[in-house]
Amino acid sequence: MAMQRPHHPMERIGAVRNSTGHRLGPSVEVVRPADSAGGLAVFLRLLRLAAPFWRGIALATIAGFATVASSVGLMTTSAYIIAKAALRPSIAELQVAIVGVRFFGIARGLFRYLERNLSHDVNFRLLARLRVWFYRALEPLAPARLMQYRSGDLLSRIVADIETLEDLYVRVLAPPLVAVLVGGSMWFFMGALAPALAITLLVALALTGVALPILARRMGRPAGQGMVRVRSELTAAMVDGVQGVADLLAFGYGSRHQERIKELGRQLAGLQQRMGWITGLQGALSGLLMNLATIAVLVVAIPGVRSAELDGIVLAVLVLAVISSFEAVLPLPAAFQHLDSSLTAGRRLFEIVDAEPAVRSGRGPVAVPDRDSGPSLRVQNLTFRYTQEQPLALAGLDFALAAGGRLAVVGPTGAGKSTLVNLLLRFWDYEQGRVEVDGREIRDYCEEELRSIIGVVSQHTHLFNATVRENLLMARPEAGEEDIMRAAEQARLHQFVLSLPEGYDTWVGEQGLRLSAGERQRLAIARTMIKDAPILVLDEATANLDAVTEQEVMQELLALMHGRTTLIVTHRLVGLEAVDEILVLRAGRVAERGRHHELMQLRGLYCQMWELQSQALS
Amino acid sequence: MNLDKRLLRQAEAARFDLLLTVGLGLLAGVMLVLQALCLSRIVSSVFLGRATLSGVMPLLVTLLGLALVRAGLSWGSEAAAHRAAGQVKSQLRERLSAHLLALGPAYARGERTGELTNTATEGIEALDAYVRQYLPQLALAALIPAAILVFVFPLDPLSGVILLITAPLIPFFMSLIGNLADALTRKQWTLLSRMSAHFLDVLQGLTTLKLLGRSRDQVDVIARTSDSFRRVTMGVLRVAFLSALVLEMLATISTAVVAVQIGLRLLYGYLDFEQAFFVLLLAPEFYLPLRMLGTRFHAGMSGVAAAQRIFEVLETPVKPAPQAREVDAALRAPLRRALQDGVVFTDVHYAYEDGRRPALAGLNLQLQPGLRTALVGPSGAGKSTVAHLLLRFLEPDQGSITAGGIPLDQVPAAEWRAQIAWVPQNPYLFHTTVLENLRLARPEASRDQIVRASQQAHAHSFIQELPQGYDTVIGERGGRLSGGEAQRVALARAFLKDAPMLILDEATANLDPQHESLIQESIERLLRGRTALIIAHRLGTVTTADQIVVMRAGRVAESGTHASLMRQNGVYQQLVMAYQW
Repeated sequence: MAMQRPHHPMERIGAVRNSTGHRLGPSVEVVRPADSAGGLAVFLRLLRLAAPFWRGIALATIAGFATVASSVGLMTTSAYIIAKAALRPSIAELQVAIVGVRFFGIARGLFRYLERNLSHDVNFRLLARLRVWFYRALEPLAPARLMQYRSGDLLSRIVADIETLEDLYVRVLAPPLVAVLVGGSMWFFMGALAPALAITLLVALALTGVALPILARRMGRPAGQGMVRVRSELTAAMVDGVQGVADLLAFGYGSRHQERIKELGRQLAGLQQRMGWITGLQGALSGLLMNLATIAVLVVAIPGVRSAELDGIVLAVLVLAVISSFEAVLPLPAAFQHLDSSLTAGRRLFEIVDAEPAVRSGRGPVAVPDRDSGPSLRVQNLTFRYTQEQPLALAGLDFALAAGGRLAVVGPTGAGKSTLVNLLLRFWDYEQGRVEVDGREIRDYCEEELRSIIGVVSQHTHLFNATVRENLLMARPEAGEEDIMRAAEQARLHQFVLSLPEGYDTWVGEQGLRLSAGERQRLAIARTMIKDAPILVLDEATANLDAVTEQEVMQELLALMHGRTTLIVTHRLVGLEAVDEILVLRAGRVAERGRHHELMQLRGLYCQMWELQSQALS
Repeated sequence: MNLDKRLLRQAEAARFDLLLTVGLGLLAGVMLVLQALCLSRIVSSVFLGRATLSGVMPLLVTLLGLALVRAGLSWGSEAAAHRAAGQVKSQLRERLSAHLLALGPAYARGERTGELTNTATEGIEALDAYVRQYLPQLALAALIPAAILVFVFPLDPLSGVILLITAPLIPFFMSLIGNLADALTRKQWTLLSRMSAHFLDVLQGLTTLKLLGRSRDQVDVIARTSDSFRRVTMGVLRVAFLSALVLEMLATISTAVVAVQIGLRLLYGYLDFEQAFFVLLLAPEFYLPLRMLGTRFHAGMSGVAAAQRIFEVLETPVKPAPQAREVDAALRAPLRRALQDGVVFTDVHYAYEDGRRPALAGLNLQLQPGLRTALVGPSGAGKSTVAHLLLRFLEPDQGSITAGGIPLDQVPAAEWRAQIAWVPQNPYLFHTTVLENLRLARPEASRDQIVRASQQAHAHSFIQELPQGYDTVIGERGGRLSGGEAQRVALARAFLKDAPMLILDEATANLDPQHESLIQESIERLLRGRTALIIAHRLGTVTTADQIVVMRAGRVAESGTHASLMRQNGVYQQLVMAYQW
């Protein structure tokens, strides 16, 4: 969270938020024009998500209505008092009205308070539900369907989208509901005096609350779209200026870059100016409509007063009733904008959630794996491509790994190494060939059971923002203190952990960033030791380490391999002398296979890679 | 409150528009008062004076006229506010961008880039509401109530006094309760961002959770944390909302007090209906600007928070470097000649973080003209610092760097950099087409020249396979190239730039073996006849260098050719032996 943006209690909690910045201030500028196609369907799905909270929503809406009603009451009763007083009645006749004014004066604040409490409660309940809903839908999709969302940016966007939807009630649903209730009451109130008055007011309210925002949105669309485009270009240019500053300077492009920023800034300011004219016009027209409504009501009412159909007192009351009832429609333009951003957010989330899981889980029970040597692993004619357009990632891969044996798969980037791991873990489903664990095709295993017998140490191990202990316990929640210590010692992590300020209760920081790469990897190894699975997959387990640390971690990995069937996937050719068979992959096919010394004698790709690597100087 | 002097100074530039915003806003406020006068006259003459519709028609028309004028004024005010905000943002953005350039890569490196980018984009946008809404509202919250008072006082001094007394209570309570509530909401905000962070953490770690068989349990964890968050937060908010309650009440109760008070005086004949109605119409309008200020307080707060960060960056001093000086065209020729005499580092010291983290401690180094110098040593020995000093991204704390006897700090940095082609380890690709990314190296290059350079760097084939070939948009937001591909683009840039001096920083580190050997040949060609500094990690590149300089702890440990260093039994020999297993 980069920039703290504290905010004032007067504001809705929802308005501020968060440094990922997908939520900008409440100005018209965030018109993300949601194309209307499918807008209704998305909206209905969103409503269904909010449906369980209808009780809270109803209460909050009523409180919101009561708030506006109180100020209408305050102003009309006040008008009644002075109009009545002008006729010099006895004070007794004013008593009720005076009590009314005091009541409304106090009630408004209380109702507002109540409304805030109720609506925020709904907000947070909705947020909790949305998170659970989304996570539940996302879980079966990981990681295959989420590859495109792997960068942290997109995930934080998801988080921000959910937070946008959290405000669905307060910012999108509540304002029109309250407006309708207020409009309805005004209809009855004015209608009781004269139908023409009711019609006049409602037309004005509808024009201000519905027609005007729609018009403004339409007028603002070109500028809004332009702004989205220019702003994203400007962001890209600023990113270039921050991250690419060295390259900019080295090529003497600084002033050109500066020109570009200036030009884009000028364009943006121009578009914002155009938007400003439209927003300003909308605001001005709302005010004008309120005045027109007042004038129209007077024009309708005055003859009535003259002909004594209407009590003269009513005139003052009417004027204030009209003016104060506009409070109900003023938040509607903002609601329209939030509707747009809610629909955009909803559409994005539904798109993710609606994806088919890449893998259908088998149901078969798992054979009890042999604890002493681990189960065997066998791959036959395994062929796979990620999408129809892409080339084969694996083309007819064959190998057999005996129980307790070690096999390494090496090759340059993109050769198909990680694909093999993805298929083995059933993150993706293969179409051709077979993968057998312990003589049984992995499709027959239940997904969870299969993964429970495979321990993985990978390059991308995620450490959670929790304590060292909690991160270790992730592997087996029921593990005891002894198991943790033993694993930590085997991974040569124990001494290090003890040196931390709070030992095993030290917080590892976001994504474990408070630890060094080597420490993170040792933690991952210890975690895998605690999991104690009979099959071990080392997926580029030493890729992010410097040479010295790599050597050390390799020792711990060797200890981990002991007694386990091990598959090593790597582009670093370190410690492979101790492996039973090495497969050298190139473009999804086995280019060479054999033991280390055999491959070295072959003087092929493996040897080439090895020689390059051994020339490294640091 | 909420006034950042530096930000105000920046807003000076938009003074005219801001004054216009406030001026038009104030005039609109005056129109409002006139409307109230008109309205109360109409109601009064119909109600008590028995006037007919046609009798009050002139007043109604006036009212309409006033309404139209007021609409026009508020439109203009809003538009001027937008323009003011646009100006301030543009200027600040340009200043920030220029300053970031001046600070150079040493400032914007590592993990800070994300935060800096955020400041430069979202931070600037956060100022929009501050300039557009908060600043004008600050003035209007004082001016409009004052204008209303000017009209109310002569007509009804007592109501004027009530208004005058209650008005300051609003800002008073606002700041009183505001401070307490603010601390609370800040706490709540921290809770909220922590919960968001937790959710993000779970999403990012989903694959790991799956591997550990723990992914399904997380549903409960998420539900539980969200729910306990709700309970804690609601407790906090119940207190925080009290401030809104008090403000709301102040305004409505004051209105009620005014209404009852004028009603009673009316009853006893101390006041006319017309005046009373006028006061009643204006009472809520009197408090409105003050309440608006409350709701825009947040815009002010986030604007100030953003501004603080922006000014922090702007106030970071740029190390004195004479790069601002006008490029002296006369220098160009001598510079080329000077380079033919090589570059000499004499007793160069440099430390990062204001001297806290020393990187170079008395480095002496000579780059012989036309020859290649390889820099080796463990990471942290200062190799990259040497490259950055040579590129003038940094200036030495002590000691000098000269080219042909000319001290570098007397040469404009841009002019000096034009003499150097640099291939960094992780080259940055700009968010534009491949062609433009290459053209960076030589803006006047033709397409043919660019293609030829790409071919030399073995980048041509993969570029052609991109969806739109050379016109494919790449960079952070477009498709990404792999590390090896990006490096070949950087090499192509170097071929294109054709500068007399070359800096290669692990230029082939990310390449696959098949490409590596091919590219070695083109690098050989590139190096020919140029003065080169090569930061190398692979023996192959090092052995062919004319001079190998081994660095350790910020100075030269030993130097010589491969053969002579191997005979010395020194650091170099150890380095080489360590990786021959």
